Amino acid sequence: MAWAFTAAETAFRDEVRDFLARELTPELRAAGRRCSGIFTDYEYGNRWHRVLAKRGWSVPSWPVEHGGTGWTPMQHYLFAAELAAADAPPRAPMGTGMVAPVIIAFGTEAQKRAWLPGIRSGEDYWCQGYSEPQSGSDLASLQCKAVRDGDHYVINGTKIWTTHAQYANRMFCLVRTTSGGKPQQGISFLCFDIPAPGITIRPIISISGDHELNQVFFDDVRVPADGLIGEENQGWAIAKYLLQHERGGAWAPMLRARLRRLTTAADAAFSASGGDAHEADDMALRLTEAECAIDALEATELQSLRAQARGEQPGIRPSMGKVLGSELRQRLTELGVEIAAHYAAVDLPLDDGLQGELPIPEDAVFSMSAYLNDRAASIYAGSNEVQRNIVAAHLLAN
Amino acid sequence: MSTLTEQDETLAMLRDSLARYLDDNHGFEQRLYALRKADDAPPPFWQGLASELDLLGAALPESQGGLGGGMAAHLAMMETLGGALAAEPYLSTMVIGAGLLQRHPGAQADALLKRIVAGQAVLAFAHGEPQSRHDRADVQTELARDGGGFRLTGRKAVVHAAPWASHFIVSPRSGAGLSLLVVPRETAGVRLRAYPTRDGGRAADIAFDDVRLPAEALLGAEGSALPQIERALDEATLAVCAESIGVMRRLMRDTLDYVRQRKQFGVPISSFQVLQHRLADMHMALEQAAALTASVGEHIDTADHDERARAVSSAKVAAAKACKAVGQGAVQLHGGMGMTEELAVGHYVRRATLIEGQFGPPAWHLRRVAKLRPAAT
Repeated sequence: MAWAFTAAETAFRDEVRDFLARELTPELRAAGRRCSGIFTDYEYGNRWHRVLAKRGWSVPSWPVEHGGTGWTPMQHYLFAAELAAADAPPRAPMGTGMVAPVIIAFGTEAQKRAWLPGIRSGEDYWCQGYSEPQSGSDLASLQCKAVRDGDHYVINGTKIWTTHAQYANRMFCLVRTTSGGKPQQGISFLCFDIPAPGITIRPIISISGDHELNQVFFDDVRVPADGLIGEENQGWAIAKYLLQHERGGAWAPMLRARLRRLTTAADAAFSASGGDAHEADDMALRLTEAECAIDALEATELQSLRAQARGEQPGIRPSMGKVLGSELRQRLTELGVEIAAHYAAVDLPLDDGLQGELPIPEDAVFSMSAYLNDRAASIYAGSNEVQRNIVAAHLLAN
Repeated sequence: MSTLTEQDETLAMLRDSLARYLDDNHGFEQRLYALRKADDAPPPFWQGLASELDLLGAALPESQGGLGGGMAAHLAMMETLGGALAAEPYLSTMVIGAGLLQRHPGAQADALLKRIVAGQAVLAFAHGEPQSRHDRADVQTELARDGGGFRLTGRKAVVHAAPWASHFIVSPRSGAGLSLLVVPRETAGVRLRAYPTRDGGRAADIAFDDVRLPAEALLGAEGSALPQIERALDEATLAVCAESIGVMRRLMRDTLDYVRQRKQFGVPISSFQVLQHRLADMHMALEQAAALTASVGEHIDTADHDERARAVSSAKVAAAKACKAVGQGAVQLHGGMGMTEELAVGHYVRRATLIEGQFGPPAWHLRRVAKLRPAAT
């Protein structure tokens, strides 16, 4: 909320706005606007990442010595808000926000030198091998096996829900290196290049029609042992560290951008419609309810960012943020479908083809894609049932 | 007139034979394959309903070649078709199209009804427009007299089953009010922008550019159509409520199967109370929608306008709420698998989601119920 900004923060926001006005091309904005999934496809997402990298803004939250910006929590927040508001393509975080914090916290100097620069520049694109068909919420039961063989590990098994595996040239994976004992023991965190002999990637098309997800099969895949992060069999602590980063981050900037877009769509839809003024009033109230919910979430998220900057442990904050953010996002998509009315049924690609002699409103087609795609938001990155368990367990234990 | 028991038996037989036929000819894989190829004509099961089962006229009066089942037959058909994700083009052809035709008897309507029952004609109702949302009277398409006939100009939006239709029933406006006209697909000046719909069906936006039509194209008197449109859309609304029951029963069945067999943390996930409670909520929402839909169905043929409108809207609110609870719950309880094209559940969820908003979302129907509430005495 603007009244909370200092003069320095306002100046920073203007600097970001100027940059976006110059560098965020109409083509990139269109890609961002049409991204109904969580992340833009490689082509535009990575193109945008490289533009940011040139400005030194591709990995703002990393430590300064590795290319981060050293911004205040508020600056990070403003940056995210301005990008979302300008329809910047949402970038896939598997490199920058998931494996990089792990490499920085647990990696050797050689691993940092080998992997961080490529993530920062956009030369490398990572995917995440966590879930397996039989190991979702119960991640620790994972069975994908890596056996040490001289300077290599030999991997057999499968990973599922692997976002953007079809674009990635590197993968980080949780693998089982020892069986027996507690399932959390015997898990290792392994990084390697793909494609590699023995790796098969099977596309999984989602109910929104998007191809973001894949299943990855490993059949005697040999990867160098120096891709191991931390100690063998000690990967579970690293896995959990990463999950906190995956669930962290702020939802409110993106939610506010989505809300603004819904408001515009509602204005257009209801001003064309001759009849029911009550429908417009009713929708305005529900959009306002969402706006107030975003205010509350935003304040909570800013509080978390400040606590994080003071070096406090994130605790249950990421779990709270994930539940609140994902469910609010799902709520917004429901309103989008309602605003789209009869046009929500249309199943056409989100591109310039929607125009033409009998044009179809793009926001309407987007709304159903977003609604269907976002049903996953309460499932991925630890289901909301699991997040609520984490919050409740914390409350009862303290 | 048949007794209730006889009618119940007839309807049960109708459901059974239809369900068996759909199972054999329109299973999940067959459906996907058939729909991919269904750009210009309905999937093959449609022809079978007419020629093999002779069921298309189940609801029509015996005087018009039907079995006289009325709305009860429509609801039984729609629920069963919903269970196989196959309700179009029954909805547009039989519930709306034949419903409108049978109330405007005459040479043109009678001939078309015969062809419909034989599976030779498919209808689409070209009523909604780009700006109209759910407002049934918001029509800008124009009708003008032209010698002994008419000229039609305007645009209709998201006309379900239009790419499969041989005829459109179009609702234009003239100084006299709204009218209904039968327009054969191949009429000069009719242009379609056809596209798939999220539920696997087909729809189109349609432009009518100065389309010339003979006098016989008109159904009923010029300007008198709004009450007929209201009735047809109320019947269609109740029909999709019934369809949703079939859709949701399948979603419940698949979800219950899944949570029983899926294990995490060493136990079936059905042992987690938070999931059990969600299943219970889904079930209660579904059963209420089913009960209310059936109850409204028993009275709709004889109700007056206000009774009908209030009851249908209330049923649609219940069905939409249930579609949301059951649809969203089915995906959530299936986890990632519910998000994929690979299981049937995702396809049923998409149909349930479209039904939530079809013929108006809950907020629209709630306002309608509120408007029709009798003043306090």
